[in-house]
Amino acid sequence: MSVLRTDSITMQFGGLTAVKEFSLELNKGEIIALIGPNGAGKTTAFNMITGVYKPTKGNVIFNDKNITGLKPDQITVLGVARTFQNIRLFKDLSVLDNVLIANHLRIKSNFMEAILKLPRYRREEKAMFEKSMNLLEKVGLADLKDEKSSSLPYGKQRRLEIARALATDPAVLLLDEPAAGMNPKETDDLTVFIKEIRDEFNLTIFMIEHHMQVVMGISNRIYVLDYGVTIAQGTPYEIQNNQRVIEAYLGVEENA
Amino acid sequence: MKRRNLILTAVFLLLSVIFLVYADNNFDSYIVRILNLCAIYTVLGLSMNLINGFTGLFSLGHAGFMAVGAYATAILTMSIETKQANFFLAPLISPLDKIVLPFLISLIIAGLIAVIVAYGIGAPALRLKGDYLAIATLGFAEIIRVVFTNTQRVTNGALGLKGIPSTTNLWWSFGIALFTVIVMISLINSSYGRAFKAIREDEIAAESMGINLFKHKVLSFMIGAFFAGVGGGLLGSLLGTIDPLMFRFFMTFNILLIIVLGGMGSISGTIISAFVITIATEWLRFLDEPIKLGFLTTPALPGLRMVVFSALLMVVVLFFRHGLMGTRELTWDMIFGFFNRKKPLTKGGTK
Repeated sequence: MSVLRTDSITMQFGGLTAVKEFSLELNKGEIIALIGPNGAGKTTAFNMITGVYKPTKGNVIFNDKNITGLKPDQITVLGVARTFQNIRLFKDLSVLDNVLIANHLRIKSNFMEAILKLPRYRREEKAMFEKSMNLLEKVGLADLKDEKSSSLPYGKQRRLEIARALATDPAVLLLDEPAAGMNPKETDDLTVFIKEIRDEFNLTIFMIEHHMQVVMGISNRIYVLDYGVTIAQGTPYEIQNNQRVIEAYLGVEENA
Repeated sequence: MKRRNLILTAVFLLLSVIFLVYADNNFDSYIVRILNLCAIYTVLGLSMNLINGFTGLFSLGHAGFMAVGAYATAILTMSIETKQANFFLAPLISPLDKIVLPFLISLIIAGLIAVIVAYGIGAPALRLKGDYLAIATLGFAEIIRVVFTNTQRVTNGALGLKGIPSTTNLWWSFGIALFTVIVMISLINSSYGRAFKAIREDEIAAESMGINLFKHKVLSFMIGAFFAGVGGGLLGSLLGTIDPLMFRFFMTFNILLIIVLGGMGSISGTIISAFVITIATEWLRFLDEPIKLGFLTTPALPGLRMVVFSALLMVVVLFFRHGLMGTRELTWDMIFGFFNRKKPLTKGGTK
């Protein structure tokens, strides 16, 4: 059963077609990877799904609902959360605040109730706090909750960003290069971690990743983009043996 | 620890009340007036800091909201006779000329009118960002001033309003300042306050965390405008006379100076800075008058004070970019930490 689907979405910036007729299908519980050389349009595809860009053509369907052209915050409320390629934490705020902010979208109390600290707001605040602490414990950052988020080491910032995305109660989680800049040990941990959160939070995960060990290790299926065109899709084994993928990554052998 | 802080806060408030009682009875009217101004600028500084410091919206429309608040309060509180005396060119329009309301209710209504105006301005202008927002809001504030200059039958135009009942005293101004501080602390530490800060830190990330940018920006703008309106009302009542020229960009600049020096995003910084700037403005008044330097006497230079403040602002922007407090808050723990930190140094054999 497909959770998230795109019907040949196309993104044009003036004369440049960044992504051309990209069709994706995410089934519940899958881990799907999107790979491709630099500038292939992977992040653009992400931005179209999450509402940062409105696709020039095509539709994005989430749980049978057309979400094309909705704003990023509306799409997050529906249940599609994301992380960013270049980490975008709220740098000056504490680790705990970063996660608490991601709970705000489900708040029912209005701002007057919040200022006056009425019972309903207190209950919500308490629930938010407990949920956030739980998440921080899961990602192993509970004891760092009062640290400034920008003071964390790189690997932990990545984890915090994932925890923050999880706090929005997503059904689909989009990870933009989660392993970028990580050392081998951190990468191994991350691979395990992604599987763990998938099982624990019933997620469907769609990720952009360059690190082949991670991609081949955990993805059910892989999509390959090159110059905005989907050149291949299939299981890790199929992709590894696909001639066009090898050409896109390594170039074509010249026959003299 | 928590208990100690609570007791200290209670003691501090009690001492402030004792000081105010003493000031009310013993200080001359000049000093009382400066103290009133300190409290009013605290209200205005906090309201602008919510918009500019906590939500990160570079808005320069504060004088406009103050003008709305000041005029609304003045017109609602003035007695019927005073109104007739003021509006001798053209009479005040019909329902307003007979309405006389108590001060507190007038202040609240003034704040609410400022909120409505803020929505009218914010809904289109808050789609802009950064410098563009600053220019748009600045323009709107000027429009409000120009409209007030020309609506003879509502605001008495360029003649301004005189004989506004001087209800503002130390209790009113400090009471409302305390109320504003409490509301701001409560708001900033709530989920909505965190959402505001998230917008300040990173709009794209905030949006992808499901925060409706427009809704929260307008909310922050409207809450800020409410307190700006109330502050304007207090100021009008303290001065007794208002006219459109009072609410030029210069007024916004004064408040901007307070929040930049105190720290964008710090409540305690704004309070300290409001007091320091207001007192310094009065204290530096001698600079505007002829100065005797031994045998040399400089001519009177009105406005030299502001040159000093401008230089001060430049120094702050160049060397202390985050102002006095940055985004930190002055807490009892911080004060104690400061004293405790010094001890090991003297013991530890540095000397």
